[in-house]
Amino acid sequence: MNHNWPLLQTTNLVAGYSSGPKKIIPIAGPLAVDIHAGQLICLLGPNGSGKSTLLKTLAGLQPSLEGTIKIAGSDVHKLKPAQLAQKISLVLTDSVRNSNLTAYSLIALGRYPYSNWLGVLREADKAVITRAIGAAQIENLANRKIATLSDGESQKVMLARALAQDTPLMMLDEPTAHLDLPSRIQLMRLLHQLARQTNKGILVSTHELDLALQVADQVWLLQAGGLLSKGAPEDLVLNGTFEAVFDKEGILFDKTTGAFNIHTGNSTLIGLTGEGAPAFWTKRALQRQGFVVTTTGDPSVRILEEAGRTSWVLEFKGQLHKHESIASLLTGVNSMVEQGL
Amino acid sequence: MVAIPHKKLRLAALLLLLLIVFMLDIAIGSIKIPLRQVFRSIFSLPGENTIGQYIIEKIRIPKAFTAVLAGCGLSVSGLQMQTLFRNPLADPSVLGITAGASLGVAMIMLAGGSIATLDTIKELGISGSWLIIGAACMGAAGIMLLVVSISGSLSDNVMMLIVGIMISTITLSIISIWQYFSAPELIKDYLLWTFGSLGGVTGNQLYILALAVVAGLIISFLSSKLLDALLLGENYARSMGLTTQRARVIIICSTSLLAGSITAFCGPIGFIGIAVPHMARSLFNTSSHRILIPGCCLIGTLLMLSCDIIAHMPGSQTVLPINIITALVGAPAVIWIILRRNNIRGY
Repeated sequence: MNHNWPLLQTTNLVAGYSSGPKKIIPIAGPLAVDIHAGQLICLLGPNGSGKSTLLKTLAGLQPSLEGTIKIAGSDVHKLKPAQLAQKISLVLTDSVRNSNLTAYSLIALGRYPYSNWLGVLREADKAVITRAIGAAQIENLANRKIATLSDGESQKVMLARALAQDTPLMMLDEPTAHLDLPSRIQLMRLLHQLARQTNKGILVSTHELDLALQVADQVWLLQAGGLLSKGAPEDLVLNGTFEAVFDKEGILFDKTTGAFNIHTGNSTLIGLTGEGAPAFWTKRALQRQGFVVTTTGDPSVRILEEAGRTSWVLEFKGQLHKHESIASLLTGVNSMVEQGL
Repeated sequence: MVAIPHKKLRLAALLLLLLIVFMLDIAIGSIKIPLRQVFRSIFSLPGENTIGQYIIEKIRIPKAFTAVLAGCGLSVSGLQMQTLFRNPLADPSVLGITAGASLGVAMIMLAGGSIATLDTIKELGISGSWLIIGAACMGAAGIMLLVVSISGSLSDNVMMLIVGIMISTITLSIISIWQYFSAPELIKDYLLWTFGSLGGVTGNQLYILALAVVAGLIISFLSSKLLDALLLGENYARSMGLTTQRARVIIICSTSLLAGSITAFCGPIGFIGIAVPHMARSLFNTSSHRILIPGCCLIGTLLMLSCDIIAHMPGSQTVLPINIITALVGAPAVIWIILRRNNIRGY
C-alpha cells in the first residue's frame, strides 16, 4: 500500500503573510489537502484569492501561519534546504529574462542540490539534464540565451529546469500566464503527460478553467474567503460548486458546456430549435446579442438543413423570415428588436 | 564541441597580452627602463644597471602588483554585487561600499587631527596600515550590512539601487561635513587619497593588501555556486536548496574585504567594478561564476595595468590620478563591446 501514501499532506494549514510585526493576514485555510504521486492538480481561483501564497507556503518558501505540512512524512520546515530541494521543484512567476544565461546553463542549475561545492556537473547530471530537455521538448532551444526566447519558450525552459531538479513533487505558479492559446494547450498537455509518465505529483495554479477541467485529476478551487473546495473536476461541476463559486463573482458558469457565459442577457427570451454545430453556434450568436436562449418561444428561430445547406427561419408574431447566414439572421433579429417586439 | 580550441586560443592570447602589459607597466614611468632589464629583473637574472634595478624592485614591481590586486578585487566584487542584486548597474561604489570605506578613512585622517595625518600613519608602518585597512573595512562592511538589511524588505531591484545610492550620498555628505570643519592640510591629504593611487603601497603594506584580496577572492571563488543560483533570484535560489541569508552574508564579507581593503590602500578607484564583469560576460560568453570570477581577474588586471600605463603618460614626467583614467578608458571600452558583440544581457 506504499504507493497510496501522499507525497504531501497538510493538516489545519493556514497560509498567509504577516505585514509588520503584529499584523497577520491569513489568506487560505484551515486546509487539509494532499498530493499523491502521478496526480495533476490544478489550483483555481480568482485573482487575489491567494493561489501564489498557498503555493509558496506548500513549497516551504514562506512559513505557514498555523498547521503542518508534511512531505514524505517529515515536516517541511524541519527539512534542511538541500533536502527540501530534492523533494519539491518550482516554476515561479519571477522573471529570469534579464540574465545572461543560456537555456542549457539555466536548466543545469536544476542540478544544484546534487552537484558538488563548485557546481561541477558529473556525467549522471548531464544525462538528467538531457532527459529533462527531451521531456520538455526544447532540444532546439538549449543553446539560446534566455533573453532571446519567447514567453512560451522560456516557460518550457523553466519547466525543464524543474524537471532537471528531479523531484517527486513539482509546483508551478501560473505557468500559462502570458502564453498564447496553442502554447497554453501544449504546456498543460505536457504537464498531464509528465504526471502520468514520471509519476510525479504536480500542482499547477492557473486561470485556464477549461484546460484545467480537461487535464486535471483533481481541482482545488480557492475562494476569496480562503475556503478551498477540492475534488475531481467533473464532480465539482455536477454538484454545483463551480456555479456557486463563480456566481458570487457575478459570472454565469454553464454546467452543460463547462464554459463561462460572458454575456449578461437583457432577459428577452428567444426560442431555438435545431441540432449539432449550427445550433451551438447560433445559440452563441444570439447570446452575444443579449438574448436568453430557450427551446421554444416567440420570437423563435428554427434551423433547417436541406441538401447540405443550412438556413435559419425566424418566426415572430406569425410572420416567417428565411435567412441564409447567421449574420443575416442577426440583422433580422435586431430590426425586430428595434420595432419594439 | 568545436568551440573549445577557439576559447583556449582566446585565453592564451589574453594571458600573453597580460604578460606584455605587466612588463610595459614596469618599464614605463618617469624614468624609462629598457624591457630587456625588466625581463632580467622579473626572472632574477643578473642585471647591469643598479639604479634601474632598485627602481624596479622597490617601486615598479610593487606598483604593478598593486594594480593586479586592485584589478582582480574590484572587478570580482563588482561581479558579486551585480549578481546579488540582479542589477547590471550595481558595483561597490553605487551601493555605498566605497563611500563607507572612505568614511572609515576620513575618520582616521580628519578626526585624528594632529596625531594621525597621512604622514604619521605612514611612519607607523604596519600598525598604521592595519589602522587604515581596519577602518576602511569596518566602514565598508557597516554600509554593506545596512544596505543588505534594507534589501531584505525590498523586492524590487530598482528600489534597492535607489536606496543604495541614497545611503552612499548620506555617507559622502557626512564626509563633506567633516571636511568642512577640518584643517586645510588634513583635507588636502584626504583629497589626494580620493584621487586614487597605485604607487603608495610598498613593502609590508603590499603583503597585507595581498592577504586581504587573496582571502576575498578565495571566498568569492568558493561561493561561485551560490552566485550561480542567485542569478535566478532569491525564490528560485531557495527552492534549489540555497540558504539565502547565509549566502548573502558570505557575499557581503568577501565584497567588503575586497572593496574595503583596495579602497583603503589605493583610494576609491571607480568604474573597474562595473565595467569588467560586463566585459568578462561578453568575452567568455557565459554566466557561470566558476569561469566569470577568474575571467574578471584576468580582464580586471589587464585593464588596471593598461590604465596605469596611460596614467603615467609615456614620454612625459606627469602622472595623472588613476581614478580618472579608469573611467576615461573603461567607459569607451564597454560601449565598444556592447556595440561590437551585442551579447550582454543584464547580469
